[in-house]
Amino acid sequence: MTHMPNIAEMLSKARECGDPNEFIEYIPYAKMLGVRVDKERGCFHLPPKKSNIGNPTLPALHGGALGGFMEMCGIIHVMLSMDAVAVPKVVDFSIDYVRAGRYQDTFARCEIVRFGRKLVNLSVEAWQEDEAKPIAKARAQMLVD
Amino acid sequence: MAVDLDDVRKLCELMTQANRGDHFHALGIEVLEIFRGGASMKLEYHEDLVGDPATGVVHGGAITALLDSCCGFAASTVLDELGLTPTIDLRIDYMGAAEPHKPIIGKAEVYRTTKNVIFTRGVAFQDDESRPVAHAVGNFVALEPGTFDNFREGVLSAYAKMVAEQGGAA
Repeated sequence: MTHMPNIAEMLSKARECGDPNEFIEYIPYAKMLGVRVDKERGCFHLPPKKSNIGNPTLPALHGGALGGFMEMCGIIHVMLSMDAVAVPKVVDFSIDYVRAGRYQDTFARCEIVRFGRKLVNLSVEAWQEDEAKPIAKARAQMLVD
Repeated sequence: MAVDLDDVRKLCELMTQANRGDHFHALGIEVLEIFRGGASMKLEYHEDLVGDPATGVVHGGAITALLDSCCGFAASTVLDELGLTPTIDLRIDYMGAAEPHKPIIGKAEVYRTTKNVIFTRGVAFQDDESRPVAHAVGNFVALEPGTFDNFREGVLSAYAKMVAEQGGAA
Protein backbone atom coordinates (compact mmCIF):
# COMPACT_ATOMS: atom_id res chain seq x y z
CA MET A 1 0.00 0.00 0.00
CA THR A 2 3.03 2.27 -0.04
CA HIS A 3 4.07 4.66 -2.84
CA MET A 4 0.52 5.04 -4.08
CA PRO A 5 -0.31 8.33 -5.81
CA ASN A 6 -2.86 10.19 -3.77
CA ILE A 7 -6.53 10.07 -4.56
CA ALA A 8 -6.85 13.78 -5.38
CA GLU A 9 -4.15 13.44 -8.06
CA MET A 10 -5.88 10.44 -9.58
CA LEU A 11 -9.18 12.27 -9.53
CA SER A 12 -7.88 15.36 -11.31
CA LYS A 13 -6.18 13.10 -13.87
CA ALA A 14 -9.49 11.34 -14.49
CA ARG A 15 -11.18 14.72 -14.95
CA GLU A 16 -8.52 15.89 -17.39
CA CYS A 17 -8.73 12.87 -19.63
CA GLY A 18 -12.48 12.62 -19.12
CA ASP A 19 -12.35 8.96 -18.13
CA PRO A 20 -13.40 8.22 -14.55
CA ASN A 21 -12.72 4.51 -15.07
CA GLU A 22 -9.03 5.07 -14.57
CA PHE A 23 -9.74 6.60 -11.20
CA ILE A 24 -12.10 3.76 -10.26
CA GLU A 25 -9.38 1.23 -11.08
CA TYR A 26 -7.32 2.91 -8.40
CA ILE A 27 -9.78 2.01 -5.62
CA PRO A 28 -9.09 -1.65 -4.76
CA TYR A 29 -12.60 -2.46 -3.54
CA ALA A 30 -14.21 -0.88 -6.63
CA LYS A 31 -11.83 -2.89 -8.79
CA MET A 32 -12.66 -6.08 -6.93
CA LEU A 33 -16.39 -5.57 -7.55
CA GLY A 34 -15.72 -4.49 -11.13
CA VAL A 35 -17.45 -1.09 -10.99
CA ARG A 36 -17.40 0.84 -14.29
CA VAL A 37 -18.76 4.14 -15.50
CA ASP A 38 -20.95 3.73 -18.58
CA LYS A 39 -20.41 7.08 -20.29
CA GLU A 40 -23.03 6.45 -22.97
CA ARG A 41 -25.81 5.74 -20.53
CA GLY A 42 -24.46 8.21 -18.00
CA CYS A 43 -24.63 5.73 -15.15
CA PHE A 44 -22.60 3.17 -13.25
CA HIS A 45 -22.28 -0.41 -14.49
CA LEU A 46 -21.51 -3.63 -12.65
CA PRO A 47 -20.82 -6.38 -15.22
CA PRO A 48 -21.57 -9.96 -14.10
CA LYS A 49 -18.59 -11.29 -12.17
CA LYS A 50 -18.35 -14.63 -10.43
CA SER A 51 -16.92 -13.10 -7.28
CA ASN A 52 -20.13 -11.11 -6.71
CA ILE A 53 -22.37 -14.20 -6.50
CA GLY A 54 -23.98 -14.92 -3.14
CA ASN A 55 -26.31 -17.75 -4.05
CA PRO A 56 -24.96 -20.04 -6.77
CA THR A 57 -28.11 -22.18 -7.18
CA LEU A 58 -30.24 -19.31 -8.56
CA PRO A 59 -27.61 -17.77 -9.31
CA ALA A 60 -28.05 -14.43 -7.60
CA LEU A 61 -25.92 -11.43 -6.72
CA HIS A 62 -24.80 -11.28 -3.11
CA GLY A 63 -26.95 -8.65 -1.36
CA GLY A 64 -23.76 -7.28 0.16
CA ALA A 65 -22.06 -7.02 -3.25
CA LEU A 66 -25.05 -5.09 -4.57
CA GLY A 67 -25.05 -2.88 -1.46
CA GLY A 68 -21.30 -2.38 -1.75
CA PHE A 69 -21.64 -1.50 -5.44
CA MET A 70 -24.33 1.10 -4.72
CA GLU A 71 -22.36 2.58 -1.83
CA MET A 72 -19.24 2.73 -4.00
CA CYS A 73 -21.23 4.46 -6.79
CA GLY A 74 -22.43 7.04 -4.28
CA ILE A 75 -18.90 7.79 -3.12
CA ILE A 76 -17.51 8.03 -6.66
CA HIS A 77 -20.46 10.20 -7.73
CA VAL A 78 -19.88 12.62 -4.85
CA MET A 79 -16.14 12.76 -5.57
CA LEU A 80 -16.70 13.46 -9.24
CA SER A 81 -19.24 16.17 -8.39
CA MET A 82 -16.91 18.18 -6.19
CA ASP A 83 -13.28 19.10 -5.81
CA ALA A 84 -12.65 16.26 -3.43
CA VAL A 85 -9.29 15.94 -1.79
CA ALA A 86 -10.33 13.03 0.39
CA VAL A 87 -12.73 10.11 0.16
CA PRO A 88 -16.08 11.15 1.71
CA LYS A 89 -16.92 9.40 4.97
CA VAL A 90 -20.18 7.47 4.86
CA VAL A 91 -22.16 8.27 8.01
CA ASP A 92 -25.00 5.92 7.20
CA PHE A 93 -26.23 3.86 4.31
CA SER A 94 -29.65 2.31 3.94
CA ILE A 95 -30.78 -0.08 1.22
CA ASP A 96 -34.18 -1.47 0.28
CA TYR A 97 -34.08 -4.65 -1.78
CA VAL A 98 -37.12 -4.58 -4.05
CA ARG A 99 -36.47 -7.32 -6.59
CA ALA A 100 -34.13 -10.30 -6.87
CA GLY A 101 -30.69 -9.34 -8.18
CA ARG A 102 -29.89 -11.83 -10.94
CA TYR A 103 -26.44 -12.73 -12.19
CA GLN A 104 -26.42 -10.25 -15.07
CA ASP A 105 -25.47 -6.66 -15.93
CA THR A 106 -26.47 -4.28 -13.17
CA PHE A 107 -26.67 -0.50 -13.43
CA ALA A 108 -26.94 2.31 -10.92
CA ARG A 109 -27.70 5.99 -10.99
CA CYS A 110 -27.04 8.44 -8.16
CA GLU A 111 -28.82 11.64 -7.35
CA ILE A 112 -27.54 14.21 -4.91
CA VAL A 113 -30.50 15.36 -2.84
CA ARG A 114 -28.62 18.02 -0.96
CA PHE A 115 -25.02 19.17 -1.01
CA GLY A 116 -24.53 20.81 2.38
CA ARG A 117 -21.41 22.35 3.85
CA LYS A 118 -20.51 19.19 5.70
CA LEU A 119 -23.07 16.60 4.74
CA VAL A 120 -24.17 15.26 1.39
CA ASN A 121 -27.44 13.37 1.11
CA LEU A 122 -27.85 11.19 -1.92
CA SER A 123 -30.04 8.47 -3.32
CA VAL A 124 -28.91 5.55 -5.47
CA GLU A 125 -31.09 3.35 -7.61
CA ALA A 126 -30.01 0.03 -9.15
CA TRP A 127 -31.67 -1.90 -11.98
CA GLN A 128 -30.93 -4.67 -14.43
CA GLU A 129 -33.06 -4.98 -17.58
CA ASP A 130 -35.39 -2.06 -17.09
CA GLU A 131 -34.56 1.18 -15.32
CA ALA A 132 -38.27 1.53 -14.46
CA LYS A 133 -38.01 -1.71 -12.47
CA PRO A 134 -35.30 -1.12 -9.84
CA ILE A 135 -33.86 -4.08 -7.96
CA ALA A 136 -32.72 -1.89 -5.04
CA LYS A 137 -33.01 1.65 -3.78
CA ALA A 138 -30.54 3.16 -1.38
CA ARG A 139 -29.85 6.41 0.40
CA ALA A 140 -26.74 7.66 2.13
CA GLN A 141 -25.41 10.54 4.17
CA MET A 142 -21.75 11.36 3.73
CA LEU A 143 -19.37 13.74 5.44
CA VAL A 144 -17.21 15.78 3.11
CA ASP A 145 -14.23 17.99 3.89
CA MET B 1 -40.48 -27.03 15.70
CA ALA B 2 -37.36 -24.95 15.50
CA VAL B 3 -34.76 -25.61 12.83
CA ASP B 4 -31.80 -27.80 13.87
CA LEU B 5 -28.89 -25.42 14.60
CA ASP B 6 -26.40 -27.95 13.32
CA ASP B 7 -28.19 -27.87 9.94
CA VAL B 8 -28.04 -24.05 9.92
CA ARG B 9 -24.34 -24.20 10.72
CA LYS B 10 -23.81 -26.57 7.79
CA LEU B 11 -25.81 -24.29 5.47
CA CYS B 12 -23.74 -21.27 6.52
CA GLU B 13 -20.46 -23.12 6.09
CA LEU B 14 -21.61 -24.42 2.74
CA MET B 15 -22.58 -20.94 1.55
CA THR B 16 -19.37 -19.33 2.72
CA GLN B 17 -16.95 -22.07 1.69
CA ALA B 18 -18.29 -24.30 -1.07
CA ASN B 19 -18.25 -21.98 -4.05
CA ARG B 20 -14.72 -21.07 -4.98
CA GLY B 21 -14.55 -17.56 -6.30
CA ASP B 22 -17.96 -16.34 -5.11
CA HIS B 23 -18.50 -13.19 -3.04
CA PHE B 24 -17.88 -14.87 0.32
CA HIS B 25 -14.53 -16.13 -0.97
CA ALA B 26 -13.64 -12.81 -2.55
CA LEU B 27 -14.31 -11.03 0.73
CA GLY B 28 -12.74 -13.68 2.94
CA ILE B 29 -15.73 -14.17 5.25
CA GLU B 30 -15.63 -16.99 7.77
CA VAL B 31 -18.43 -18.23 10.06
CA LEU B 32 -17.41 -18.11 13.72
CA GLU B 33 -20.54 -19.00 15.63
CA ILE B 34 -24.15 -19.92 14.91
CA PHE B 35 -26.55 -19.96 17.84
CA ARG B 36 -30.30 -19.63 18.31
CA GLY B 37 -31.16 -16.08 17.31
CA GLY B 38 -27.66 -15.05 16.40
CA ALA B 39 -24.52 -15.43 14.30
CA SER B 40 -20.99 -14.10 14.24
CA MET B 41 -18.51 -13.98 11.37
CA LYS B 42 -15.03 -12.76 10.64
CA LEU B 43 -13.82 -10.62 7.75
CA GLU B 44 -10.06 -10.90 7.28
CA TYR B 45 -8.21 -7.77 6.18
CA HIS B 46 -6.84 -7.83 2.68
CA GLU B 47 -5.89 -5.19 0.18
CA ASP B 48 -8.71 -5.88 -2.30
CA LEU B 49 -11.15 -4.53 0.28
CA VAL B 50 -9.52 -1.13 0.58
CA GLY B 51 -11.71 1.87 -0.22
CA ASP B 52 -9.06 4.56 0.17
CA PRO B 53 -5.53 3.58 -0.88
CA ALA B 54 -4.09 6.57 0.98
CA THR B 55 -5.19 5.19 4.36
CA GLY B 56 -5.61 1.47 3.65
CA VAL B 57 -9.02 1.56 5.33
CA VAL B 58 -11.51 -1.15 4.31
CA HIS B 59 -14.43 0.14 2.20
CA GLY B 60 -17.77 0.35 4.00
CA GLY B 61 -19.32 -1.86 1.33
CA ALA B 62 -17.32 -4.86 2.58
CA ILE B 63 -18.69 -4.20 6.07
CA THR B 64 -22.19 -3.96 4.56
CA ALA B 65 -21.67 -7.42 3.03
CA LEU B 66 -20.38 -8.80 6.35
CA LEU B 67 -23.33 -7.44 8.33
CA ASP B 68 -25.87 -8.43 5.66
CA SER B 69 -24.57 -12.02 5.86
CA CYS B 70 -24.44 -11.99 9.67
CA CYS B 71 -27.96 -10.61 10.06
CA GLY B 72 -29.27 -13.01 7.38
CA PHE B 73 -27.69 -16.08 9.00
CA ALA B 74 -28.99 -14.95 12.41
CA ALA B 75 -32.47 -14.71 10.86
CA SER B 76 -32.27 -18.24 9.49
CA THR B 77 -31.70 -19.66 13.00
CA VAL B 78 -35.24 -18.71 14.09
CA LEU B 79 -37.03 -20.43 11.19
CA ASP B 80 -39.03 -23.64 11.70
CA GLU B 81 -37.26 -25.43 8.88
CA LEU B 82 -33.92 -24.99 7.13
CA GLY B 83 -34.24 -22.19 4.58
CA LEU B 84 -33.03 -18.84 3.35
CA THR B 85 -34.30 -15.44 4.41
CA PRO B 86 -34.23 -12.76 1.66
CA THR B 87 -33.16 -9.32 2.86
CA ILE B 88 -35.96 -6.74 2.86
CA ASP B 89 -33.79 -3.84 3.89
CA LEU B 90 -30.64 -2.98 5.73
CA ARG B 91 -29.33 0.17 7.34
CA ILE B 92 -25.71 0.61 8.33
CA ASP B 93 -24.34 3.36 10.56
CA TYR B 94 -20.59 3.84 10.34
CA MET B 95 -19.22 5.12 13.62
CA GLY B 96 -15.56 5.11 12.68
CA ALA B 97 -12.98 3.76 10.27
CA ALA B 98 -11.83 0.18 10.84
CA GLU B 99 -8.15 -0.10 11.62
CA PRO B 100 -6.20 -1.51 8.63
CA HIS B 101 -4.45 -4.91 8.78
CA LYS B 102 -6.83 -6.24 11.43
CA PRO B 103 -9.83 -8.54 11.00
CA ILE B 104 -13.36 -7.19 11.51
CA ILE B 105 -15.86 -9.25 13.50
CA GLY B 106 -19.56 -9.09 12.69
CA LYS B 107 -22.13 -10.17 15.24
CA ALA B 108 -25.91 -10.13 14.75
CA GLU B 109 -28.99 -11.03 16.73
CA VAL B 110 -32.69 -11.42 16.07
CA TYR B 111 -34.66 -9.10 18.35
CA ARG B 112 -38.15 -9.88 17.11
CA THR B 113 -39.81 -12.50 14.96
CA THR B 114 -43.27 -12.15 13.47
CA LYS B 115 -45.18 -14.36 11.03
CA ASN B 116 -43.68 -12.75 7.93
CA VAL B 117 -40.73 -10.67 9.09
CA ILE B 118 -37.58 -11.33 11.12
CA PHE B 119 -36.07 -8.20 12.70
CA THR B 120 -32.32 -8.24 13.31
CA ARG B 121 -29.54 -5.94 14.45
CA GLY B 122 -25.80 -6.31 14.45
CA VAL B 123 -22.44 -4.70 15.05
CA ALA B 124 -19.03 -4.83 13.40
CA PHE B 125 -16.03 -4.38 15.68
CA GLN B 126 -12.34 -5.11 15.96
CA ASP B 127 -10.91 -5.30 19.50
CA ASP B 128 -13.72 -3.99 21.61
CA GLU B 129 -17.32 -5.03 21.01
CA SER B 130 -18.55 -2.03 23.00
CA ARG B 131 -16.87 0.32 20.50
CA PRO B 132 -18.17 -0.95 17.17
CA VAL B 133 -17.01 0.49 13.84
CA ALA B 134 -20.50 -0.03 12.42
CA HIS B 135 -24.02 -0.85 13.54
CA ALA B 136 -26.70 -2.48 11.39
CA VAL B 137 -30.45 -3.01 11.46
CA GLY B 138 -31.87 -5.43 8.93
CA ASN B 139 -35.27 -6.95 8.23
CA PHE B 140 -35.67 -10.31 6.53
CA VAL B 141 -38.56 -12.26 5.00
CA ALA B 142 -39.85 -15.38 6.70
CA LEU B 143 -41.12 -17.24 3.64
CA GLU B 144 -44.24 -19.42 3.75
CA PRO B 145 -43.96 -22.91 5.23
CA GLY B 146 -43.26 -25.42 2.49
CA THR B 147 -41.08 -23.04 0.41
CA PHE B 148 -37.99 -25.03 1.34
CA ASP B 149 -39.48 -28.53 1.22
CA ASN B 150 -36.56 -30.27 -0.47
CA PHE B 151 -33.93 -27.74 0.51
CA ARG B 152 -32.52 -29.51 3.59
CA GLU B 153 -31.67 -32.74 1.77
CA GLY B 154 -29.88 -30.79 -0.96
CA VAL B 155 -27.90 -28.75 1.57
CA LEU B 156 -26.86 -31.74 3.66
CA SER B 157 -25.71 -33.78 0.67
CA ALA B 158 -23.79 -30.79 -0.76
CA TYR B 159 -22.25 -30.24 2.67
CA ALA B 160 -21.16 -33.89 2.93
CA LYS B 161 -19.63 -33.64 -0.53
CA MET B 162 -17.78 -30.44 0.41
CA VAL B 163 -16.37 -32.01 3.60
CA ALA B 164 -15.26 -35.10 1.67
CA GLU B 165 -13.51 -32.92 -0.92
CA GLN B 166 -11.83 -30.79 1.75
CA GLY B 167 -10.73 -33.96 3.56
CA GLY B 168 -9.36 -35.30 0.30
CA ALA B 169 -7.43 -32.12 -0.35
CA ALA B 170 -5.84 -32.04 3.13
